[in-house]
Amino acid sequence: MSAAEDAAPVAPVTPVVDRAQYALAAVLAVVGVWTVVDSAGLGPGFADQVVRPAAFGYVIGSALVVLAVLLAVATARGDRAEGEAGEDVDLDQGTDWRTLAGLAGVLVATIALLDVLGWAIVGALLFAGAATVLGNRHWVRNLLIGAVMSVGSWYGFYVGLGIPIPAGVLDGIL
Amino acid sequence: MDALLTGLSLAVTPENLLYAVVGVLLGTAVGVLPGIGPAMTVALLLPVTYNVEPSAALILFAGIYYGGMYGGSTTSILLNTPGESSSVITALEGNKMAKAGRAAQALATAAIGSFVAGTIGTVLLVALAPTVAEWVVVLGAPSYFALMVLALIAVTTVLGSSRLRGFVALTLGLTIGLVGTATGQPRLTFGNPLLADGIDIVVVAVAIFAVGEALWVAAHLRRRPLEIIPVGRPWMDREDWRRSWKPWLRGTAFGFPFGALPAGGAEMPTFLSYVTERRLAGKHRAEFGKGAIEGVAGPEAANNASAAGTLVPLLAIGLPTTATAAVILAAMQGYGLQPGPQLFEAEPELVWTLLASLFVANTLLLVINLPLAPLWARLLRTPRPYLYAGILFFAVLGAYSVNFQWFDVALLVLFGVLGFAMRRFGLPVLPLIVGVILGPRLEEQLGQALQLSRGDVSALWSEPVAVVVYVVVAALLLWPLVLRLIPGRQAPERLADEVDELEEEVRR
Repeated sequence: MSAAEDAAPVAPVTPVVDRAQYALAAVLAVVGVWTVVDSAGLGPGFADQVVRPAAFGYVIGSALVVLAVLLAVATARGDRAEGEAGEDVDLDQGTDWRTLAGLAGVLVATIALLDVLGWAIVGALLFAGAATVLGNRHWVRNLLIGAVMSVGSWYGFYVGLGIPIPAGVLDGIL
Repeated sequence: MDALLTGLSLAVTPENLLYAVVGVLLGTAVGVLPGIGPAMTVALLLPVTYNVEPSAALILFAGIYYGGMYGGSTTSILLNTPGESSSVITALEGNKMAKAGRAAQALATAAIGSFVAGTIGTVLLVALAPTVAEWVVVLGAPSYFALMVLALIAVTTVLGSSRLRGFVALTLGLTIGLVGTATGQPRLTFGNPLLADGIDIVVVAVAIFAVGEALWVAAHLRRRPLEIIPVGRPWMDREDWRRSWKPWLRGTAFGFPFGALPAGGAEMPTFLSYVTERRLAGKHRAEFGKGAIEGVAGPEAANNASAAGTLVPLLAIGLPTTATAAVILAAMQGYGLQPGPQLFEAEPELVWTLLASLFVANTLLLVINLPLAPLWARLLRTPRPYLYAGILFFAVLGAYSVNFQWFDVALLVLFGVLGFAMRRFGLPVLPLIVGVILGPRLEEQLGQALQLSRGDVSALWSEPVAVVVYVVVAALLLWPLVLRLIPGRQAPERLADEVDELEEEVRR
């Protein structure tokens, strides 16, 4: 989503241009243009309908484009984004791209495997994978905790709410 | 009054009482835990609660809301880094008190102050909400349209440090709200039939709050452990009581109206309460900046009173002013309930059970949390890999359980990346969520208003309430420009900047 610039240390002594914001502005502009184009393809709706299905799309899409331009101008004039603070957030450090890439891998694998393996297995792998990537190296223990959570939540849904989560390969076993 | 008593009798049935207890415990836990807030928790629980009674779910949510407001204070007192924006002010004096060995008193004045403020706030809510509902029931589509515009503009302009970013977030939210079907035609669905019903608000909310936060923290995880101040059971002596009760009441007076107005949340009233207490402190003035109990009592009361105030526009008009209220609104829509004046007529039992259970939740909060404080403090030591892995686990489960399709999980990850980008670029979350929820309703009300007038645009300002609301909207939009024109003032002062200044002043 953002370029590698934000790995640079945060030291706004001289007006440094936050170039990653141009990428954000570009994304906004693309979404805005697409919204307008998509709205243009909509039919007029009912004959007596005053607010056409396309109307909101035109307004919101154009607003996005205008905001994208404003953001780009503000960025060029030295406007910098202020990252969100929090208890566990240390903004003095650069962005940890390795951890992020690891989490992204875990999440993509979750999406890919969910239908095949079922929640009980994928949920356990998701928890164990995320905990390991985040810095806890006891992966056997992580897998055990994950398995307890995913199987527990499966039975929680089934017994407590009467909803069977698709079981995947474990169909008939759970 | 009879209605309230009936509600109370329903609220104290064992089942509803259980939901209240679970809600309060869960709410306090997530308020204490870093990275999770009440809005995220309610969002995560949405798919689960679609399978229980609406009243039970709302009682649970009310408990989480009140509990979360209180739990945030524990974190800001025992850690020097506040989690929720509403407890930034509490941290100023609360953490100083804890460092001076007065953590127990700080927690006690926060807990009892929250109880006092929550009770008074709920009384005001019970008194006001039905009246407001009666008053707005006569309003037509033009006024509703105007009120929604006001809510959108207010959450965008009043909070946060950059209006431009507020509007970016709002417009993105409105765009997400466009996805779905408009008058029988697919709109912005990329030809995907799975998007024809629109994007489920659960997926968006969980992604932005939970996945975005987990990714953001993962990218900047604090490597050195935080210093947590150990604490025993909270208590106060006579002197602490004497110094606390007035700030509690004044804090309530600040908190409730700000919560009830669409000026969004608890930041402003907690700030005002702190400044007022410092001014009125008299001989204790010198203690401010070193751990003055008034500086904890006032803002904490303001914080909880504003939570009660938020429920007035939510229940009586159907307008959310905070992130948690927005998610609760989404939940009510999921049940087919339309918050607003009709709710009081169509579902009186539900409304009064909810209002009565607020009193129950508030009392439980005090009874449960005073003895449990040491346990909550231990929760702060949860290993971070497990905490954030758990958040991702429940986020994926929450999104998956909407339809049991991998597609929803893919959307979750996509919007999670958006949530990360929003934190990186300082885009506020609240306008986006409110935009997603109110966008479709805005379109519906505009359609109705113009349908009735056969396309005559002047119908939009044909009702006096609508005119007044548009004047307020204009004032909100033009206010910084006007301030800039007044000589001697260089730029509009933002609340965030003032809080920063205050923090620097106090920390020095």
